[in-house]
Amino acid sequence: MSEQDTIISTFGTAYREVAVGKIAILGKDTPLRLECGIDISSFPLAYQTYGKLNAQKSNAILVCHGLTGDQYAASTHPVTEKPGWWESIIGLGKPLDTDRFFIIATNVIGGCMGSFGPKSTNPATGKPYGLDFPVVTIADMVRAQALLIDYLQIDQLFCVLGGSMGGMVTLTWAALYPERVFSAVAIATSARHSAQNIAFHEIGRQSIMVDPDWCNGRYYDERKFPVKGLSVARMAAHVTYLSESAMHRKFGRTLQDREQVSFGFEADFQVESYLRHQGATFVERFDANSYFYITRAMDYFDLTENGGLKSYFVNSKVRFLVISFSSDWLFPPSESRLIVRALNAVAANVSFADITTDKGHDAFLLDVPEFFVNLSGFINGAANARGI
Amino acid sequence: MQLRPSLQAIADLVPEGSKVLDIGCGDGELLKWLTKEKHVDGRGLELGQSGVNACIAEGLAVVQGDADTDLQYYPSRAYDYVILSQTLQTMRDPKEVLINLVRIGHRAIVSVPNFGYWKNRLYLMFFGRMPVTKTLTYQWYDTPNIHFCTLSDFVHLCNLMHIVIEKRVYTDDQGSLSCLKGKNIFANVLSDEGIFLLKEKLLL
Repeated sequence: MSEQDTIISTFGTAYREVAVGKIAILGKDTPLRLECGIDISSFPLAYQTYGKLNAQKSNAILVCHGLTGDQYAASTHPVTEKPGWWESIIGLGKPLDTDRFFIIATNVIGGCMGSFGPKSTNPATGKPYGLDFPVVTIADMVRAQALLIDYLQIDQLFCVLGGSMGGMVTLTWAALYPERVFSAVAIATSARHSAQNIAFHEIGRQSIMVDPDWCNGRYYDERKFPVKGLSVARMAAHVTYLSESAMHRKFGRTLQDREQVSFGFEADFQVESYLRHQGATFVERFDANSYFYITRAMDYFDLTENGGLKSYFVNSKVRFLVISFSSDWLFPPSESRLIVRALNAVAANVSFADITTDKGHDAFLLDVPEFFVNLSGFINGAANARGI
Repeated sequence: MQLRPSLQAIADLVPEGSKVLDIGCGDGELLKWLTKEKHVDGRGLELGQSGVNACIAEGLAVVQGDADTDLQYYPSRAYDYVILSQTLQTMRDPKEVLINLVRIGHRAIVSVPNFGYWKNRLYLMFFGRMPVTKTLTYQWYDTPNIHFCTLSDFVHLCNLMHIVIEKRVYTDDQGSLSCLKGKNIFANVLSDEGIFLLKEKLLL
């Protein structure tokens, strides 16, 4: 297989086959040692690029996705056929201007959009790995991405950025490869996953596990799919991405397709119907086992142990921007302030803005003008300093 | 790019190429000038969202935060100069802030509006009301200035806290009052604002 070949993957309850774009085969010469101790070699990493790499190779930006995101940051998603998840940020004349920058977006390992994950075939059995897939960490995801950056022959990324889990990936890049990162933007994120967030992830995983169609992770072999479990997981998670006031503004107590309540347990309220829809569409694009692996990677994430967060950033030359959103209760501003304090404590080059909005955690994916102003300003300032 | 006279007087005290932290940096006017004209390695701390937006949009490294609560997290002697311009009087605990300033920086530059300025004294004497002037623009009920002092009060506090005043610059709305130097006894009446170069007294 040549490295530019597209890979075919299956999606949803019908195991629909979809081509998921460019992949690179990494770790061919030297295997990648995962934190759990397992070596992986010749594994695929799926990615998309936007814009052109300049002659000096100084304008590359790595965009890191959240829990259920993927490499389709700024182009139509082949499964959902919806626009990319960050088209508000990436494109001509946008904060990440494709006329000026070369944007790389990858699907993390453990994912289900073509990268090495639990849906990949286990050569030992000829069947998908399922739960035999090794547990991966955020650092493993970053080391795999670093192999892709080697493969693209780029020494230093001009910027690494991402929100939520993408922010964890970004911080880890700056911690592990400070010399390969000129600037880093960590949005709506944390230096360690909180007890509350681990708790929400556990609710999600448990709701999948109790679905009989999950088959202990071997649902692929029986052509089943834990539709109910995965959609409940998504419904619960979706609530955490919004804020109380945004939800009330959007739905209030409006009834769905009826004049009065049914005195039953149909989706009487619009908000119920909305959540059911979110769950139902999610299962058509995302793999239940990937949900296990990626939530676990986030749960294990903690840059504050072993000498503390600041120990990673002593003498760091990376220019940081940290952004939080006032109504985000999943990754509240206080979590971002912890990061900023650690960076201040080592006199690192850091900017921080707490954006006032009622859009909750999802604000980083939405149209929030103050967010764009800060991001554009930082990127332009850094690009001028880098001579791009 | 032209700085306001009182900011220019502060900028004049900052040597070329030094590492500077500007606390309460507003829209970044001073930081931007220092970065461009004196090539300082500058950082800022600002409470207001619009100021932070303006700074980051200019490519300045500015953190949104509150000097009353956040300075304790900055390491000692991390900066050559820590600047606090026209902000001390808005702090909840000015004493604690001063301690942090001379701890974080090898030097601190603090500018304070002088409540003892003759125009303020006359305003209070003739009108019997809190002064509202060109430099003190707020009414008493909406002012962010919760800890006004005179220049003598400020010097008194520095003495109490064993903070060394290395240099004093006095200004009025025209700019530096070069006729007033050092511990001039008339400064507390004639100057609208005092700018002080401070350092921690090291007790050996």
